[in-house]
Amino acid sequence: MTSNLALVWPAVTAAFLASLVEAVEALTIVLAVAIVRGWRPAGLGALAGLAVLALIVTALGPLLDLVPLRLLQLVIGILLLLFGMRWLRKAILRAAGVIPLHDEAAAFATETAELREQARRNEARLDWIGALTTFKAVLLEGLEVVFIVIALGAGRGMLVPASVGAVAACLAVAAVGLIVHRPLARVPENTLKFAVGIMLSAFGVFWTGEGLGVAWPGADFAIVIFAAIFLAVSVAAVALARRPKAEALS
Amino acid sequence: MTVLTNALRELAGLFVDDGALALVIIAVVVLAGMVATLMPDASLAAGAILLFGCLAALLASVARAVRR
Repeated sequence: MTSNLALVWPAVTAAFLASLVEAVEALTIVLAVAIVRGWRPAGLGALAGLAVLALIVTALGPLLDLVPLRLLQLVIGILLLLFGMRWLRKAILRAAGVIPLHDEAAAFATETAELREQARRNEARLDWIGALTTFKAVLLEGLEVVFIVIALGAGRGMLVPASVGAVAACLAVAAVGLIVHRPLARVPENTLKFAVGIMLSAFGVFWTGEGLGVAWPGADFAIVIFAAIFLAVSVAAVALARRPKAEALS
Repeated sequence: MTVLTNALRELAGLFVDDGALALVIIAVVVLAGMVATLMPDASLAAGAILLFGCLAALLASVARAVRR
């Protein structure tokens, strides 16, 4: 039970935080379309994206039970490593100032400018373009959420807690977005990506090891240790990545 | 067709950003898998290769990005 809790809370938290990031990015695009072209095409595209996502989950979900557990852990572990370390690398580089921070307000401005330019060129087709834009945004960001939920939950039958975390994040972002009608630029996206990258990488090492037959000391608690190691190394990497710039300035 | 290609490219982009980082991660997993297969009694060695190999790959990728 204790061991199970050690796995459940990091999984729920990681699913919640990762879904928060994805939902904020999707909301920015949906809002941009809604403001330029109205809620009808924005809403229809978003709903169509959600419907396709539901179809994918319904069709592929039962197949997970057919895959042997060790193989599932190995495949999911490797995908988590690729996905999590990609996020972590980007978060480290952004925190160190090597690449610019993701700016939700700037993304919103770019998206609305592109839509207005498309409106100028071809007014008649814009409803379709708007709907297609929100459809693609919701589908792609949603696929990331689905992958994270499956990756965090499938290995140990924790799909329900991970799904609860993800759905809670998506509903929270949708509710706040509907109320404020503005992109959520004040969400500390890089801090969230940093935390989620650490958690996904820790889960990735754990599941890949389990898939390879590694008997981790402390069983599920090993994830917490891995997360602490990834955190320490990442913080050190931020400090080291900042140094060359400081030296260049002095 | 272009839409499908773009969608597939964006899907692949979810997992691969820095191609070298992805390749090194796969190499580390393969190496850990070989150790786990050849020395099943010392599976912790495979675990150590996996953990520290991934950390080294991350640091190397960050260092490469800083140099660029």
